[in-house]
Amino acid sequence: MMGPEIASGFDSPPEREEMESLALSDASASAYRSAMSSIPASISASSDGDPLLAPPPTLHFPISSSASGHGGNPATSTASSFLDPPSYADVVFSPFDSHNGHGGCGSGADNGSLLRSDSSPRSARAAKSDYIKISVSNPHKEQETANSLVPGGGTYFTYLITTRMRAGFAANGDGESEPVEFGVRRRFRDVVTLSDRLAEAYRGFFIPPRPDKSVVESQVLQKNEFVEQRRSALEKYLWRLAEHPVIGKSDEFRVFLQAKGKLPLPTTTDVASRMLDGAVRLPKQLFGEGAAAQVVPQEVVQPAKGGRDLLRIFKELKQAVTNEWGGVKPLLVEEDKEFLEKKEKMQDLEQQLSSASQQAEVLVNAQQSIGETMGEIGLAFIKLTKFETEEAVYSSQRIRAADTKNVATAAVKASRLYRELNAQTVKHLDTLHEHLGLMLAVNSAFSERTSALLTVQTLMSDLATLNTRVDKLEAASSKIFGGDRSRLHKIEELRETIRVTEDAKGCAIREYERIKENNRNELNRLDQERKDDFLSMLKGFVINQVAYSEKLANVWATVAEDTSNYVRGNS
Amino acid sequence: MSALGGGGGALRNASTALAISSTESFAGTPSCHTKRVRRPPGSFYWLHAVTPAPPLDTTTLKQLVFVSDYAESMIPPEIGPQKSSSQSPRSPSGAPFLSISVTDPVKLGNGVQAYISYRVITKTNLPEFQGPEKIVIRRYSDFVWLHDKLADKYKGIFIPPLPEKSAVEKFRFSAEFIEMRRQALDIFVNRIASHPELKQSEDLKTFLEEDEEAMERIRSFETGIFKKPADLLQMFKDVQTKVTDVVLGKEKPVEETDPEYEKLKHYIFGLEDHLTETQKQAVRLVKRHRELGQSLSEFGKAIKLLGACEGDSLGKVFAELGSKSELLSIKLQKEAHNLLMNFEEPLKDYVRCVQSIKDSFSHRANAFRLHCELTETTKLKEINLEKLNLMRSDKTREAEIEYRELKAESEEATRRFETIIKRMNEEIVRFQEQKTAEMGLAFHLFAKGQAKLANDIADAWRNVLTKIEAYSLSSGHD
Repeated sequence: MMGPEIASGFDSPPEREEMESLALSDASASAYRSAMSSIPASISASSDGDPLLAPPPTLHFPISSSASGHGGNPATSTASSFLDPPSYADVVFSPFDSHNGHGGCGSGADNGSLLRSDSSPRSARAAKSDYIKISVSNPHKEQETANSLVPGGGTYFTYLITTRMRAGFAANGDGESEPVEFGVRRRFRDVVTLSDRLAEAYRGFFIPPRPDKSVVESQVLQKNEFVEQRRSALEKYLWRLAEHPVIGKSDEFRVFLQAKGKLPLPTTTDVASRMLDGAVRLPKQLFGEGAAAQVVPQEVVQPAKGGRDLLRIFKELKQAVTNEWGGVKPLLVEEDKEFLEKKEKMQDLEQQLSSASQQAEVLVNAQQSIGETMGEIGLAFIKLTKFETEEAVYSSQRIRAADTKNVATAAVKASRLYRELNAQTVKHLDTLHEHLGLMLAVNSAFSERTSALLTVQTLMSDLATLNTRVDKLEAASSKIFGGDRSRLHKIEELRETIRVTEDAKGCAIREYERIKENNRNELNRLDQERKDDFLSMLKGFVINQVAYSEKLANVWATVAEDTSNYVRGNS
Repeated sequence: MSALGGGGGALRNASTALAISSTESFAGTPSCHTKRVRRPPGSFYWLHAVTPAPPLDTTTLKQLVFVSDYAESMIPPEIGPQKSSSQSPRSPSGAPFLSISVTDPVKLGNGVQAYISYRVITKTNLPEFQGPEKIVIRRYSDFVWLHDKLADKYKGIFIPPLPEKSAVEKFRFSAEFIEMRRQALDIFVNRIASHPELKQSEDLKTFLEEDEEAMERIRSFETGIFKKPADLLQMFKDVQTKVTDVVLGKEKPVEETDPEYEKLKHYIFGLEDHLTETQKQAVRLVKRHRELGQSLSEFGKAIKLLGACEGDSLGKVFAELGSKSELLSIKLQKEAHNLLMNFEEPLKDYVRCVQSIKDSFSHRANAFRLHCELTETTKLKEINLEKLNLMRSDKTREAEIEYRELKAESEEATRRFETIIKRMNEEIVRFQEQKTAEMGLAFHLFAKGQAKLANDIADAWRNVLTKIEAYSLSSGHD
């Protein structure tokens, strides 16, 4: 049942999903057909294939629906087509912005089918990245081996992730001249692991957000649309990671794409964060918490921070509360004016992006609706034409039928143009959505910075407390001549703690500085990228608007010309 | 028709450019004369004088110029007043004309009693009218009166339809509804004035010339005393007929079985369905244009704000895109209005016309039934009379008078039925020709509006494109 649909879905380019939703529904497609094919053949004006009936399948009618919906009888539709076929070149899909310099990165090499070869602005960076191709395909249902609470409910999908890298960029780096291709099977959980690992290892970077886990996953998981939706979301996500200048080159990402078999990445902690964790853990040991065991890498997905270090969380929470309510100025505050300004600007930008992307969606829907209604008007006129032609008694009726036919043809053409324009509009305005998504990454990078600062603040106030205690003890012990043995011992202990904490503070400050640096670099990078993306978006949007509007104008101008004899006083 | 020839002098008074266009340009088809006159406040209207068009063949039909007001916003300026005033001296006493315009809708009264009154201006050179120009004030219900009078008197003629009463109270006094109704009423009276039979109606003259009080009097007189009892009588008769039908076992009322008429009926009913569907879609298209306009303007605002975040010259490009979006939004709203007036309204009018044809079907059916019944009864009376004659009864004389009366009545009914058939056969040709021309114009205005909109959109974005390219160059992007 689901076989063919899926298969056709997965061979499609990434933007297929948008296209499908834009296409005529099956019902209306067959309505067009039935209206057209039942028109008497005697007045058939066309001999060859009628584009109205058989539009380019890759664009408007999903292959599966045109094949199954029409009983596979193309002969009838072409033979009995009634309306003059609009010149194919008029309506055929052609992206109008392919000349803007970014389009078609290597598309010739691979028929473009699996490449991100559309002319969306991001492909500019795709061209620069090490990856020629990343595709997610071939979802396969598998049985959960353990932990299935509900019998039969423990199934999941794995996806085949195929990557082709530019020559010389493969993980082993042995300088092969041919592009290298990898294929691995991963499940969604692995992607979650990857994103958690990246979040830990690359604090302060703007890491593209991963697709959401579906809340109602278990209920909809069987549905093909869900799998297809997830597939395309994953593909998009991996592309975004690949395009990131740092993440794209990271070991974690490469391992994810290249390591055969089970994903070897541990679920938590890596070199970078281990340093900090270790440092933080040291005083904890001294506080008598016992050795913190390395968290067992479990298959279970868990939030990166939850449950790792409860004590630290409590302490930092206390620090946060103190900062907020205590009125006590913390020992170290965010002083980077430039950053604070930038942060505010980003918040403003996020808000504007959010409203712009919302309005873009409304606009796209409105554009879609006008196209659909235009198509329905066309259909209504086609039916009227057919009716008038069949019932015609007077010559005036035949003339009217001919006029109606012209308008019907134009309306159907216009409808097509509107839909294609809309597909292009969706593609270009998607930049807004994408950047809105990136704002999520920005926010989390900023909060990494805040939490790193909090760690520093906590350690500093710890130090202050410890120092006070040492001072007190020293003062107390100095009152006793010759010193108090136990107090001196205690002081020694505390001094040791202070030293360790100092180390931890040093680590924490370095981490904080590192994050700050990352934040700064990423902000600059994002600003530049956003400018480029926005420029390409505006250009693409406007170019397509111009080109399709010109076509629309031509279509209608012809009809207006043909009917100009009805205007009074026309001489 | 002979009366139409005279009255040339009247035109000289109306030198303000009422007028008559020469018809030479229409290959000698004197189908219609129209002129536009600009009125001081800026609203303009059409004057038309129409003589019945000769039957048209395929080629001349394309040249048919018709009378309607749909296009008033779309008329190129070159056929404005200058031209008409320069032409009028060429035919000072020209062809007879009767042109009417419905203008200046004014809201009168308050609350539930509120209504819209219109100024109905008649300009004519026909001698049976009081003068070259007459202005009266009429309200919607006066138009209804005229419609009903004509429908009653001219059975078989497709009486031009009236615009509907507003279904939604809220829209009753919206500017758009008022304007649409004004336009529809203008078309209504001008169709009557251009109809070969209807234009000679006394009721039309009453409607156009009586002052408001007289009009009121006539209407209340008729509705109060005559009309209703007549209606009741008719209803009573109808019920009686039905009862007799049932009693006599004629369960189905007599119906015509003429195959051609059957075909016509089938056609009209089918046409109504198709047109209703099409008009529904046209209403949606208008709505879609408005929605697109609305969303484009909101989008423009959001884009402007987003551009402000970018600051520098890229922000200016955003601002440019934003303001063009808002500009195009206005164009879309205008096109929505144009669609409503010049495309949707003609389609709706088409539906109304078809419904008016359906009215004539029921008149025809009634006339046919009466004709059949009377013919039958007359036959029975004739047999009865022959019987009486044979019997040399005393009642012979009486029966003969009765028979003669009945026969006359029957003949009258037959004649009336035949008139209806004859009228309908003529009317359907008229209807088809008129609709071909009207729809042709509606299509033209639709296409023209769409083309203009698309061109405006293309121009606006092209303008933005140059700005984007300038920015790309200046900032070193490709």
